[in-house]
Amino acid sequence: MSEGIGARVLRKEDKRFITGRGRYTDDIKADNQAYAAFVRSPHAHAIIRGIDAKVAEKTSGVIGVMNGSQLTGDGIGNIICGWAISSKDGSPMNMGAWSALATEKVRYVGDAVAVVIAESQEIARNAAELVEVDYEVLPAVVNSVESLQNNACQIHENAPGNLIFDWEIGNLSETDEALKNAAHITKLELTNNRLSPNAMEPRSALAMYNSIEDHYTLYTTSQNPHVARLVLSAFYQVAPEHKLRVIAPDVGGGFGSKIFIYPEEITCLWASMKTGRSVKWTSDRTEAFLTDAHGRDHISMAQIGFDSDNNIVGLKVNTKANLGAYMSLFSSAVPTYLYATLLSGQYNISNIYCDVQAVYTNTAPVDAYRGAGRPEACYLVERIMETAARELGVSPVELRRQNFITEFPHETPVIMTYDVGDYAANLEQAMEASNYNSFNKRRVEAQKRGKLRGLGMSCYIEACGIAPSAAVGSLGAGVGLWESAEVRVNPVGTIEVLTGSHSHGQGHETTFAQVVADRFGLPIDNIQIVHGDTDKVQMGMGTYGSRSGAVGMSAIAKALDKVEAKVKKIAAHVLEAEESEIIIESGEVKVSGTNKGMGWHEVGLAAYTGHNLPEGMEPGLKEGCFYDPVNFTFPSGCYICEVEVDPETGVTDIIQFVASDDFGTIINPMIVEGQVHGGLAQGIGQAMYENVVYDTEGQLLSASYMDYTMPRADDLPMYQVMHKSTVCPSNPLGIKGCGEAGAIGSPPAVINAITDAIGNNSLEMPASPANVWAALQLNSPKLAAE
Amino acid sequence: MATVKMTVNGKSISRDVSDNTLLVSFLRETLSLTGTHVGCDTSQCGACVVHVNKKAVKSCTMLAVAADGFNVETIEGVGQEDLHPMQLAFKENHGLQCGFCTPGMIMTAIDMVARYNSIGKELNEVAIRKELEGNICRCTGYHNIIKSIQDGAFKMSNA
Repeated sequence: MSEGIGARVLRKEDKRFITGRGRYTDDIKADNQAYAAFVRSPHAHAIIRGIDAKVAEKTSGVIGVMNGSQLTGDGIGNIICGWAISSKDGSPMNMGAWSALATEKVRYVGDAVAVVIAESQEIARNAAELVEVDYEVLPAVVNSVESLQNNACQIHENAPGNLIFDWEIGNLSETDEALKNAAHITKLELTNNRLSPNAMEPRSALAMYNSIEDHYTLYTTSQNPHVARLVLSAFYQVAPEHKLRVIAPDVGGGFGSKIFIYPEEITCLWASMKTGRSVKWTSDRTEAFLTDAHGRDHISMAQIGFDSDNNIVGLKVNTKANLGAYMSLFSSAVPTYLYATLLSGQYNISNIYCDVQAVYTNTAPVDAYRGAGRPEACYLVERIMETAARELGVSPVELRRQNFITEFPHETPVIMTYDVGDYAANLEQAMEASNYNSFNKRRVEAQKRGKLRGLGMSCYIEACGIAPSAAVGSLGAGVGLWESAEVRVNPVGTIEVLTGSHSHGQGHETTFAQVVADRFGLPIDNIQIVHGDTDKVQMGMGTYGSRSGAVGMSAIAKALDKVEAKVKKIAAHVLEAEESEIIIESGEVKVSGTNKGMGWHEVGLAAYTGHNLPEGMEPGLKEGCFYDPVNFTFPSGCYICEVEVDPETGVTDIIQFVASDDFGTIINPMIVEGQVHGGLAQGIGQAMYENVVYDTEGQLLSASYMDYTMPRADDLPMYQVMHKSTVCPSNPLGIKGCGEAGAIGSPPAVINAITDAIGNNSLEMPASPANVWAALQLNSPKLAAE
Repeated sequence: MATVKMTVNGKSISRDVSDNTLLVSFLRETLSLTGTHVGCDTSQCGACVVHVNKKAVKSCTMLAVAADGFNVETIEGVGQEDLHPMQLAFKENHGLQCGFCTPGMIMTAIDMVARYNSIGKELNEVAIRKELEGNICRCTGYHNIIKSIQDGAFKMSNA
């Protein structure tokens, strides 16, 4: 089966992108289109004493200037976080109000206070400069630890001490007891640096209000247009769901940042109704750095205990999570259920306790970014395991191997049940591919050239396939996390699959078609994948958390089961055979063991003519499924990184990077490898290059590509990517998910390699030349004293 | 306002534009050639690369009036039904995911190959990585872009 499951099929969607005919939101022009530009706060924390828009309003070409009082006055609701987390004491989280346009106070640089609608983007932007806002500047705080201190400024009235929640998981007394009796304890303090997602396509929205029909259409850069419609309708009261169509056309990357519903989409819809014009807003790159939800920003203290045989006895973690100035859509879930539930890593740990303080600061909101919680967990576990091995004087391979979970299912103390895996298999594959055992020779050879060579590994686990709806509901999620699919077989036998998943680079138009092709032996050219339009596709939950394979394709597989069953019934009736005798292969529907059969298209035609169907059967051939997963899936693997550091400059080169992953069933190896490559680049980017930096007054210092180091081609190696898989038992195709693993597993491998090379552990991400050089100086106190 | 005349994708055009209109805005907004993208505002990302008089140029750094009388080629002009070898190489090597940086990458790559060919220099992996300093991709980790450009260079030489 050349185009079925497992085939390296070239992508169907490529032609429009390589010829410049992709259709992204900003490429779409509406009749009667006007442009929005936002007036944004230059202060991190200030009271709005007044807004004077008189000059701006009088500017030629300006249609209107509108502010937050008008917006809230029209009944537009506050932006909410959709996952309720309770504190240790049972109290609900302290969520502060977030209006799409600030009314009384601004809380971070970039907070929108007004919008200008004008005939051109240039006029709108120039007029926005003319809006005078009278600010009373307040003290600001940007760091989570400082924000919790007594003297910190108060950001939201209903979050005393800037604490959003103080949450815990695991058993404190048993973990303390285990650590008390441990033969060795390794302690580590870690910062997981703040990142900017940086999808190459900036966010964009085009809102069109039709007053005759009282109907809105929104084109937007969304990973989940149905969720956008639900939230815009049910929570922000912009329009009722049946009067709002959300279309996410081609979307140029998301990485989490396009899950959330932002002030700009809400404002454009509202402004379209107010002005009677279609309203477009497209972010510039600095606006993106200021306002796209950031990722990570954890400060953690961890200790891990071992018995005298080096078996892990306990792990205790405290994390301060910076959520920024407002709670974004899934911000509360990221440092809790998406993070601390993975702190067992690949290891058998009987006692784990973690508490997390989520904190407001005067910075951009922080939410899910590629990996969302799991990179933070993996970084902590794999850094502390490597550190422990060094302290104990044992091989990091052997320390990991002896503590691996080897029996499944395995229940961890942090509520996850790992279903299947073979961690040693990926470890061995990666070691072999990286020539692990001959590393010392290479280190010695590098020394002769004056270079410091280091090797580091990371054995990661993560949770995908989010998630069983009842389970996440019991943990506070405001939505179910199933996925939907509808398979329409046309009278001529071609097929449309309508999916609630959304492709923004993942290649669904190809891989989803492969699943269908595999089932019926049809060419993928006969199969069309439809997504991203709430008027075409039934309610769906969208793409994030590496869920489109494990959940989205499972929904398709289940819908295909129903199609297959009906096809067999029709064919058995027409061919006068038993249903059990009907087989479908290579686009033919046959009676097994005979030469009787009919073409796939003939079954389609029979279903739609309805001339000769089994008694009582409805005509037509269209089936759907709402698939609710029964468990998370658990991709895992081993990454090995080898680096060379120039001790004179701190410049670090990655010599080789090996990734061995267990993703379960792979639909298209070419696409899966591409996903790993991209994830690795983002993980290596976090480890070595990227960092969001605010100064103490809350000014963003890294707000352009001249200040924020995006990994470029010259910074990265060729990757060796390979697989050793166990089949996921909880979904019909056996898929685990592959979208985030690269970004999750790679940062600790890189930092473990660099700290191995430089011979000390005092290195935080990003390992820039300056930071590596500074860490190296700790090795020579003489230099430091001079 | 000024009237500019240029050849865009082989067609002569004449339009009135403001003095401060960037070439990228002129292509996207005035001529509706939306294959050329804007990914940053600081000439760092390369999503807007086009060919001006057969040389790769970031169209966000050039005024439309400065291109008066010039020959401009965008991704739309490189190949539609009949694909350019470099377009084909990006498809065959999975050199794109979301597709947003792709037009700029392809325009840069075609220029790169032509320059190296003209001076008879080998376009190896190290050279390609250095040459891509002005193009950012967030999806592919560059691995398959490097392979695409190597393959595209081979295909162009054998076309």
